[in-house]
Amino acid sequence: MRVHAKRAVALAAGLLSPAVVVADWTMNMTPGVTGTSNQIFSLHMTILWICVAIGVVVFGVMFWSIFAHRKSQGAKPANFHENTVVEILWTIIPFAILVAMAIPATATLVEMYDTTESEVDIKITGYQWRWQYEFINEDFGYFSSLSTPRDQIENRQAKGENYLLEVDNPLVIPVGKKVRFLLTANDVIHSWWVPEFGVKKDAIPGFINETWTRVDEPGIYRGQCTELCGKDHGFMPVVVEAVPEEEYNAWVAEKKEAAERERELTQKDWTMAELMERGEKAYQTACAACHQADGSGAPPAFPALKGSKIALEDMAAHIDIVVNGKAGTAMQAFGNQLSEVDLAAVITYERNAWGNNTGEMVTPKEIFDYKNQQ
Amino acid sequence: MAVTGVFMSAVADTHAQDHHHGPAKGFSRWLLTTNHKDIGTMYLIFSFAMFLLGGTMAMVIRAELFQPGLQIVQPEFFNQMTTMHGLIMVFGAVMPAFVGLANWMLPLMIGAPDMALPRMNNWSFWLLPCAFLILVSTLFMEGGAPNFGWTFYAPLSTTYGPPSTTFFIFAVHIMGISSIMGAINVIATILNLRAPGMTLMKMPLFVWTWLITAFLLIAVMPVLAGVVTMMLMDINFGTSFFDASGGGDPVLFQHVFWFFGHPEVYIMILPAFGAVSHIIPAFSRKPLFGYASMVYAVGAIALLSFVVWAHHMFTVGIPIVGQLFFMYATMLIAVPTGVKVFNWVATMFRGSLTFEAPMLFAVAFVILFTIGGFSGLMLAIAPADFQYHDTYFVVAHFHYVLVPGAIFGIFASAYFWLPKWTGHMYDETLAKTHFWLSFIGMNLAFFPMHFLGLAGMPRRIPDYALQFADFNMVSSVGAFMFGATQLLFLLIVVKCIKGGKEAPAKPWDGAEGLEWTVPSPAPYHTFATPPEVK
Amino acid sequence: MTDQQVNNSGAPRGNARVVGWCLAGVVGMFAFGFAMVPLYDVFCEITGINGKTGGRYESTEVAEADMTRTVKVQFLASNGPGMTWKFRPVVRSVEVHPGEPTTVNFYAENPTTEAMVGQAVPSLAPSEGTLYFHKTECFCFNQQPLEAGESTEMPLIFIVDKDLPEHITKLTLSYTLYDQGKQPAVTQTSRKDTTTNDNG
Repeated sequence: MRVHAKRAVALAAGLLSPAVVVADWTMNMTPGVTGTSNQIFSLHMTILWICVAIGVVVFGVMFWSIFAHRKSQGAKPANFHENTVVEILWTIIPFAILVAMAIPATATLVEMYDTTESEVDIKITGYQWRWQYEFINEDFGYFSSLSTPRDQIENRQAKGENYLLEVDNPLVIPVGKKVRFLLTANDVIHSWWVPEFGVKKDAIPGFINETWTRVDEPGIYRGQCTELCGKDHGFMPVVVEAVPEEEYNAWVAEKKEAAERERELTQKDWTMAELMERGEKAYQTACAACHQADGSGAPPAFPALKGSKIALEDMAAHIDIVVNGKAGTAMQAFGNQLSEVDLAAVITYERNAWGNNTGEMVTPKEIFDYKNQQ
Repeated sequence: MAVTGVFMSAVADTHAQDHHHGPAKGFSRWLLTTNHKDIGTMYLIFSFAMFLLGGTMAMVIRAELFQPGLQIVQPEFFNQMTTMHGLIMVFGAVMPAFVGLANWMLPLMIGAPDMALPRMNNWSFWLLPCAFLILVSTLFMEGGAPNFGWTFYAPLSTTYGPPSTTFFIFAVHIMGISSIMGAINVIATILNLRAPGMTLMKMPLFVWTWLITAFLLIAVMPVLAGVVTMMLMDINFGTSFFDASGGGDPVLFQHVFWFFGHPEVYIMILPAFGAVSHIIPAFSRKPLFGYASMVYAVGAIALLSFVVWAHHMFTVGIPIVGQLFFMYATMLIAVPTGVKVFNWVATMFRGSLTFEAPMLFAVAFVILFTIGGFSGLMLAIAPADFQYHDTYFVVAHFHYVLVPGAIFGIFASAYFWLPKWTGHMYDETLAKTHFWLSFIGMNLAFFPMHFLGLAGMPRRIPDYALQFADFNMVSSVGAFMFGATQLLFLLIVVKCIKGGKEAPAKPWDGAEGLEWTVPSPAPYHTFATPPEVK
Repeated sequence: MTDQQVNNSGAPRGNARVVGWCLAGVVGMFAFGFAMVPLYDVFCEITGINGKTGGRYESTEVAEADMTRTVKVQFLASNGPGMTWKFRPVVRSVEVHPGEPTTVNFYAENPTTEAMVGQAVPSLAPSEGTLYFHKTECFCFNQQPLEAGESTEMPLIFIVDKDLPEHITKLTLSYTLYDQGKQPAVTQTSRKDTTTNDNG
């Protein structure tokens, strides 16, 4: 019972607190952080004020009538019921106001459509229900999925500050550079929107759409999918990190390298013979100094590998000790020193050389995944 | 020929029924009636039932959106609720209500004994319960009801639609046939059955707006039929109208749908324009200002409505020339619409105003529909629309033009004409209560949605980020209030049917028109002899 | 009743006429709805608006390449839903002179254990460039069968028209590869995934 009571209190607190803590009565669009978003904001405010002005006049006249022309106050009805001049005036004047409005709107639209001279090109693909970002000139890409825990959505946990607007892998773009987005979709129509950029474009399966942005201020910007795309339409946010150019370049280099490694690992089918050959070389370089070329080691400081429990039995423990080392001993964490290919090769070699003959092999991909899980 | 048979029997029926004393009794009266008053009544009852059903779905939606997190329904069911809410309100509540008003009032207003094609009139009505039975039954089918929005874009509705999609298409076809037959009937009635002396430019505004609405229906309902047939073919017969893999284009769906869809929204408002153009002069005790302008404005709106459809598609990637054209054309529609608003205000100005329930709803209509028009003008600005599209700003816009627009127009009409229909005055105090609660509830429900959209909340989501929580809660409270209040309307109508102060032929001293020359309640058969119109 | 017949004596005939015209309108608009499909295709072909690059280009003249400018043509490859092939351009982009025929290849591999047939559908951005992008030979004109485990390089030969507007310096050609063989399995599973009446 106690447990249930605690849960009930937590639930109640969870339900009530966000509304109190993150009270937000924002009423207007934000000017945003790009030239486009600022221009849109101006257009929005202009048309808003024009509408307010017209509304004040029209409703003003109405309310005046409601107040001053009541039968109960003795008002007698006038008899006029048409006036051509007035009709012409209140046709022409609104028309003129609209023409005036259309001019800056046209200018902004022309600029929004100009995708030329971009410096970075990113392909964005909408999937049910996450986004994929591919840096087409840099040869890498990744998926970006909602990272809000299910527990928060189902009210078992208090909601975090960026509830429903957080992802595992945000898009990263450079500040101050024209970034071109190429949009498509894998299944149904989605739409990619970042309000602070003033960018929204539909992602249509089988077709490619273009849009662009140039972000003036570094920051994290959040948006959402804006075209109904099935059950989790509300659960595929867009998160973009705009960073200074040097940081962006460093990030790209890191991602490219990781992608290259990933490709090397996953695209190649390593055979036992290949791993053994490479493993022997790697072993000689990195391990033989302590464990000896024949695997006999120099116990107790440097355990033997030939005929050892670690090389013959628990694979997971074997990988762990090679990658992470053993604290308090001379066994270092080779995970940082050797590539995944070499780590996999060396472990495979140790499990099969010197009569160990387990017949087991570890692939570079498995080492890569193991390291990423940690 | 079957067609002439219908008219022959229309004439013969009237003759035969003259020899009866009043209408037939029991269920077969309603099943077989060809009387425009009976059929009008059935349309109105059906539409109110659908309004309550669609409204219940809205309550489910607003209950889920009351707070962040998923509390009440799963996203899959939420999508079914939003879809069905839209379909039922558009096709089951608003359109049939206006057809009901047309049936009741058009013959009375033009001095005709009935609609031109009374038997077809009966079919037009009875198709509707059939269609909606099919549509609503999809909720209980495997895979659930349609869940792709009332706008049912492909390929979500084709390749990824639930098995019930085919039934949805079937229901849409039946509703379409009903609307088309109704529209044909309206046109034939208005063109052929006007009393001698009633030239086109002497027709009351409600008649004008319905004539134009009927032309819009003839023009675009078949296009809707076409697009759902193409959907049917893509789903069941292996075609690729909207499927890129077969050389098709999902954007083609949007073009064809909105070619129907935009005139459709004018179909849903023009009759309200007409009704309000009767009510405001009546309660201002002053003739409608600018009759001719009002007629031309409705014509202009109808014509322009055909060339603005792609303003629903500004983010799809149409080339800039297209964007600019549709932006300009859409902005242009504001002009004749504005003219109408100015004319209504000029009608009130220096009138002698009283504020019974019809006038309260009519005045609220003018103010709040205009606010909806303002947000529509903002949406027309294509670059700005990139920030508004598919957000709650759009939801706010269309609820302002549809709820205080179409729905308040229907309420205003109902209160205005209930004395004529029932012979009793409705309870004015209860009606004013209904008005004020509806007015407050509606504004609480939908005004905050402007802010939500501007703050970045997309449409059609069952859960939202925390910064949207406060306005969503306010909106839900307003929605519950608005919804509950409609039960009061039901009470008022039932009470009025059963009794109340006896209503004279013309209960509203400022009202004009042939309909006020017949007794209240209007006899089963009226204008057997056409009146003279000077 | 007789009065009505006299005064509205034209009514039955008048009604027939109105109904006739209305029905003609209905039929006409239904046909128009369907006509919109080829109309849309023709409109798009003439204007290039929807990015579809069309069929085989037969050049009517031997064009000399315009050496004064280069245009970057980027290549993107995507798989349609449920399509499991490996599909990628062999080169990410090329710089070409307008008027100069260029050949690039796309790599496709069927890693499954069954023979399959694929077809690629092209889309070009910006859409204004579509009219100026001519394919004299394209793997997208045909269906591509691949045996289990088979891979191939598929050619695209194109010419960028010399009349390509000056301001366009980059064209992006995207292909989406679809499975033309069996009914995509995605349809069945996604229907169940997205639509249930289970509430909790």
